[in-house]
Amino acid sequence: MHAVKSAIVVFPGTNREHDAVAALRAAGGREPIMVWHRESEIPEVDLIVVPGGFSYGDYLRSGAMAAHSPIVRAIVERAKRGVAVIGICNGFQVLTEAGLLPGALMRNAGLKFVCRDVHLRVENAQTVFTAAYAQGQVIRAPVAHNDGNYFADAATLERLEGEGRVAFRYATPEGELSDGANPNGSARHIAGVFNATKTVLGLMPHPENASDPLHGGTDGLGLFQGLARALV
Amino acid sequence: MKARIHITLKSGVLDPQGKAIENALSGLGFGGIGNVRQGKYIELEIAEADAARARQKLDDMCRKLLANTVIENYAIEVAP
Repeated sequence: MHAVKSAIVVFPGTNREHDAVAALRAAGGREPIMVWHRESEIPEVDLIVVPGGFSYGDYLRSGAMAAHSPIVRAIVERAKRGVAVIGICNGFQVLTEAGLLPGALMRNAGLKFVCRDVHLRVENAQTVFTAAYAQGQVIRAPVAHNDGNYFADAATLERLEGEGRVAFRYATPEGELSDGANPNGSARHIAGVFNATKTVLGLMPHPENASDPLHGGTDGLGLFQGLARALV
Repeated sequence: MKARIHITLKSGVLDPQGKAIENALSGLGFGGIGNVRQGKYIELEIAEADAARARQKLDDMCRKLLANTVIENYAIEVAP
């Protein structure tokens, strides 16, 4: 039986790479290949993960330095060929800075680092990333970020909505949208977005940290299980 | 040639840090303060004698790395 082959990209300051490894293992994938930022090539894989952390100390802007490293150029190339890429938290910031995803992640509206569980409503379950979920399902996963306030201009937001490219929105446990359920002031409560082909996903919450009963919940594991099924 | 680059948030983009600074200034008793916007200032030396060419290179640097043009504007000054 085939099992999903993945590569996890590690920058100086990345810190959630082992959480991603654990989630991919739990989802039944092959042992992920760790790729150091100095390398300029990505092995042939089905999935590339840009994990969370503080790449290059968040210098200049979160994700900005990493976005211009040679390895990210290799990721952009691969993404253009249709390889699935997921950027989680700092990885989302890197993918927006690299231009693979629209918009930008700004300082949290409350100006505080937010580290807590949030509820997410699945806005489009018809993608390789969300296939294990039902449309409108509410899942629980933690966020841990300072710059997660999603911004895009009105035209871009309209396009994302129209093309089904909003992946997740912050919501109440009942799936209602409210400012109280939005931890960082993100435009239209957006927690994650897809690229035009829905083969690249960026999201601020950490599904890999909701993938083991010891995390207090396993709602995030579905994302990795869905990928493991969809990509082989 | 020395270059100075100011990077500021675009006008439609909320600046929670600027807002917090504004509130702190009011708290200190400074009245009549409004529209506080926080930005970045970068200076660098560029080995280029021609100001127009220097400007062009700096513009390229701003678009590629120094500013995120989704949310930020930039202004370049060059001085011999």
